[in-house]
Amino acid sequence: MPLAPGTSHTSDFAGRSWSEAWTEGRDTPGDCIPPSMVAPPSPPPPPPDPQFVLRGARSAVHALHFCGGAQGQGHPLLLSGSLHGLVHIWSLQTRRVLATLDGHAGKCVTWLQTLPPGPQLLSQGRDLRMHVWDLAEGRNAIVDSVCLESVGFCRGSVLACGPQRWMLAMPGKGGDEVQILEMPSKTSVCSLKPEAEARPGMPMCLQLWQADSSPLPLLLAGYEDGSVALWDVSARKVCSRVACHEEPVMGLDFDSQKARGVSGSAEKALAVWSLDEQRALQVHGTHQLTNPGVADVRIRPDHRLLATAGWDHRIRVFHWRTMKPLAVLAFHSAAVHCLAFATDGLLAAGSGDQRISVWSLYPRM
Amino acid sequence: MVDLDFSRAFTVNSRMDPVLSTVRLTVREAVHTLSSSEDGGCIFSTLGSLKRYLGETENPALPEEQEEFARIHFSTFLRCLVGKLSPDWLELLPDGQLEELWASFFLEGPADQAFLVLMEAIEGAASKVVGLPDHLGNRLQRENLAGFFPQNYFPLLGEELLQALHVVVESLRASVDFEVSGWCVLMALLPLLPVAGGLDCSVSFLSQVLGKACVHGRQKELLGVLVPRLTALTQGSCLWQRVCWRLVERVPDRAMEAVLTGLVEAASGPEVLSWLLGNLVMKSKKAQFVMTQKLLFLQYRYTTPVLRSLLGYLAMDSQRRPLLIQALKELLETWGSSSAIRRAPLAQQHYISKAILVCLAHLGEAELQDCRDELLASLMAGVQSHLDSSLPAVRRLGMIVAEVASAQIHPEGPPLRFQYEEDELTRELLALATPQPAADSPSEAGPPVAPVTAETTNEEMVSSGGPQAQPEGSDSELDSDDEFVPYDMSGDTELRSSKAPVYVRDCVEALTTSENWERWEATLRALEGLIFRSPAATQEVSVELAKVLLHLEEKTGVAGFEALRQRALVAVTVTDPVRVAEYLTTQFYALNYSLRQRMDILDVLTLAAQELSRPGRRQKPPQRGPPGPGPQPGSPATPAWQAVVEERIRSKTRRVSKGSAGQGPAADPNKFNSVAGYFFFPLIQLFDRPLVTFDLLGDDQLVLGRLVHTLGALMYLSVNTMVAVPMGKALLEFVWALRFHGDIYVRQGLLSAVSSVLLSVPAERLLADLPDELLEAQSWLADVAQKDPDEDCRTLAIKALLLLEKLRDKLLPPPPP
Repeated sequence: MPLAPGTSHTSDFAGRSWSEAWTEGRDTPGDCIPPSMVAPPSPPPPPPDPQFVLRGARSAVHALHFCGGAQGQGHPLLLSGSLHGLVHIWSLQTRRVLATLDGHAGKCVTWLQTLPPGPQLLSQGRDLRMHVWDLAEGRNAIVDSVCLESVGFCRGSVLACGPQRWMLAMPGKGGDEVQILEMPSKTSVCSLKPEAEARPGMPMCLQLWQADSSPLPLLLAGYEDGSVALWDVSARKVCSRVACHEEPVMGLDFDSQKARGVSGSAEKALAVWSLDEQRALQVHGTHQLTNPGVADVRIRPDHRLLATAGWDHRIRVFHWRTMKPLAVLAFHSAAVHCLAFATDGLLAAGSGDQRISVWSLYPRM
Repeated sequence: MVDLDFSRAFTVNSRMDPVLSTVRLTVREAVHTLSSSEDGGCIFSTLGSLKRYLGETENPALPEEQEEFARIHFSTFLRCLVGKLSPDWLELLPDGQLEELWASFFLEGPADQAFLVLMEAIEGAASKVVGLPDHLGNRLQRENLAGFFPQNYFPLLGEELLQALHVVVESLRASVDFEVSGWCVLMALLPLLPVAGGLDCSVSFLSQVLGKACVHGRQKELLGVLVPRLTALTQGSCLWQRVCWRLVERVPDRAMEAVLTGLVEAASGPEVLSWLLGNLVMKSKKAQFVMTQKLLFLQYRYTTPVLRSLLGYLAMDSQRRPLLIQALKELLETWGSSSAIRRAPLAQQHYISKAILVCLAHLGEAELQDCRDELLASLMAGVQSHLDSSLPAVRRLGMIVAEVASAQIHPEGPPLRFQYEEDELTRELLALATPQPAADSPSEAGPPVAPVTAETTNEEMVSSGGPQAQPEGSDSELDSDDEFVPYDMSGDTELRSSKAPVYVRDCVEALTTSENWERWEATLRALEGLIFRSPAATQEVSVELAKVLLHLEEKTGVAGFEALRQRALVAVTVTDPVRVAEYLTTQFYALNYSLRQRMDILDVLTLAAQELSRPGRRQKPPQRGPPGPGPQPGSPATPAWQAVVEERIRSKTRRVSKGSAGQGPAADPNKFNSVAGYFFFPLIQLFDRPLVTFDLLGDDQLVLGRLVHTLGALMYLSVNTMVAVPMGKALLEFVWALRFHGDIYVRQGLLSAVSSVLLSVPAERLLADLPDELLEAQSWLADVAQKDPDEDCRTLAIKALLLLEKLRDKLLPPPPP
């Protein structure tokens, strides 16, 4: 791991050894105090500080993406998209900007995604363009672009289909459609239009995925009316749809291993839902938050932590399996717009206060 | 009495008559012979000579003589005979000749007198039986036998009583043919118990013994044996029950109370009491008085089970139920009387409340309907007077009884609901209100099941659904996940968009303008910290700020508004004590404030004085500023590494001198010293001047109580200050003026004020400057310690007396031996 262990590493280890010592002390023979009468549990550790903060985006940060540095420079990179249309490429080693990409005519960059083959970058902007950038060997040129037909807030999603082929889902025309393209050929596979009587409103967030058992691509879409729908892309029909929120769904993430997903909306609650073998969505429960508004939700790649970006400037961290709240990170002074997890567990958050905070929480053991 | 007068009159007449005086001489001689002679023949002849006055011998006396003997001398002579009765005396002559002669006087003479004398004799015997342990103890002193110790003797006596009752019951049973005549005959016969079956089975001697023993205060020992056995015996047998009823009925009136209280305490429930007593309360006025008045209104030491069995006994029979309703009426009347609330001890009020609740649990709606208006009237008056009380415990009693009683008496009306804190006492009272059988089912009494939150359902469902959805066996991962220790999330509060002012001066404006509620709330929250951070700026606007805060009203639902306002006011007072205290104390006696505001003023003054007099307050402000990034220097939470380092240094360092490890707070001038007078004197000066809206010595005794407590606290806090002596003098005078105040809360305040004077004023100065006041206070304290109805008052008075005692010992050391 290239990163030096941060302060939160050490404090976490110290905390564990301490609690072990406490447990041992309690279990010594002859000490038969019932557990309820033992000294009250120690106060929880104070909330952690960010491992570091990236400043210099010069406008609110709306998109973040970690790029594993395996093929590239050997160090992981963080890509950020700003309100004013710039994409910054940050080195996590030097914590400086390596390059700035300006391709969205000063309009907000809402989504960034590196593509499976090589160092290619996909960026979505509110100038109705989706650009493909070639970043290999220090280049930063637009090699291709797709025109969007919807100016909404919906971010796209990609799914690798083969060594050089991938599928792209993005908001389509008509306000309620989702368009599926095959890339890099840009051929339109299909357009997923909800049934006329459903009226779910605009799609707000998308996630393409594939079940382990079958190669058929599936799409989870959160809609303006607060519902989450599962599309079978090849059959072009809705498998299941469930109302999770009263307000538009602002972000969702899905854990294909546990077949469980989570979504956040403009209201004060997170919804946890699951998918059964018959591809039916079920709401498991809601989790109340202190303040309304969730801009983004992300599950850590190891499926153990969930992070949410709050309009109340705070990042909340939950234990994904139990949904136990673990931390409330109050660092930013404006709404947090986006979150990203690196494969090694690093968490980045971009906020309206123009800063990107990077956190190392509960590192993997 | 009348008889005596008559006889005296006849005696006077008879002096003129020589014939009649020979009778007197003969009787006197005979009495003399009887009391002195040991010779059987002599006694026999003397008795024989007197026999002729009874007229049934061969040569009877003259009719006038017979008449005189019967009227005047017979009872005297019989008493003498009874006094001589002993085994030795009877054996002076063989073959029971004396006994026969002895008995013949009782059988052949006038029956009424014989009966009276015999009754006297029985009573005397009962006293002997009961007094035996005392007599033996007095006579034998230390050589007394263990069997005659009261604690051993009375259980034995109980056993014997039981034996005697067994004999009575057996003889009754033998005399009645159960098989043939059945119960009806038995019922008809039982009232004639003393002569049933031709056998003399009167229980009145047993009743006498029982009564005497109980009057002697031996209920526990005697009834402890008797009642459990009788309970078992009466449970199945009607005959035993009747015998028991008779036994208690025949107890003399003067012993009735002792017997009944003992029985009520010893009986294990209303049924037992019913078996033992029957309808005694309907037959005996005395018993009725004891059961419905004495045990309910005049005494209050009995436990709840005793009260339950007493009232349950009244409720068990339809004949007795009117008594229960009557008792409830009277109980409610007493409960509601404002003078009783003021004067009766709290324990008694509690007892009466319990009795009311038990009564209500027994009475049905129909029975309550008849006297509903009456009950409601006393209930409403009672609630009013209870809520007026300044003692929280009394107010709470009022609330609980009102809730339960109104629901029972007026079930169709809207339910009455008060807010009070639940504790042991309230739960006990509320449990009484439910009828006994209902209370047995634990499901109803149990606490309501806590509503399942979304989180827990979520967690359960996830964990149950987890394993099946997981493709890989990842148990180790599950275990390790539990080690995620949550961070502190206390800072996760609701986000407020509005910013609080940064300067104290802006706060005045922010609090008075009412357009921006969020700013208003943020200001209130930030104010205390701002004041402590900028004392100089605060002093410029201190009075203005205090005025705004004092008049601040909660218009939006701000959580913890009262506490925020109070803390800010205290902060202002601490920062600029002289001016703010002057302002607040004048406002206390100003027009147009609510009682709440006046009490707020008192609280703020006390808290500010406490803060000012706290040593070392400069070093560690108790309030922390808003949490910022990074630890603040000197903040109470020292970093973990620092503790570790200090611990390591301590373990490695050898100290030559061993002092106390923890250093005391650094020495610091007492800030309260220079300003105590500003807090104290303006408050104490004006208390006796009524305003239009505010009369401390009249209706507003709650505020007066709070004022007295505040003065006491200020006195206590000004220990070691220069002004303590004049303050103590003024306070003792104030206490003297109010010492007979009717309100308990006020009296408690006065007593603790005296204690704080004794603690705060230096002992030498007390004796030199205030000797008269001290003497007055002492006599008052001694009086309160003995006579005050309130237990807390008595305790406080005793504490103050002890302080006084200690003070005297310190000043006047006992002379060396």
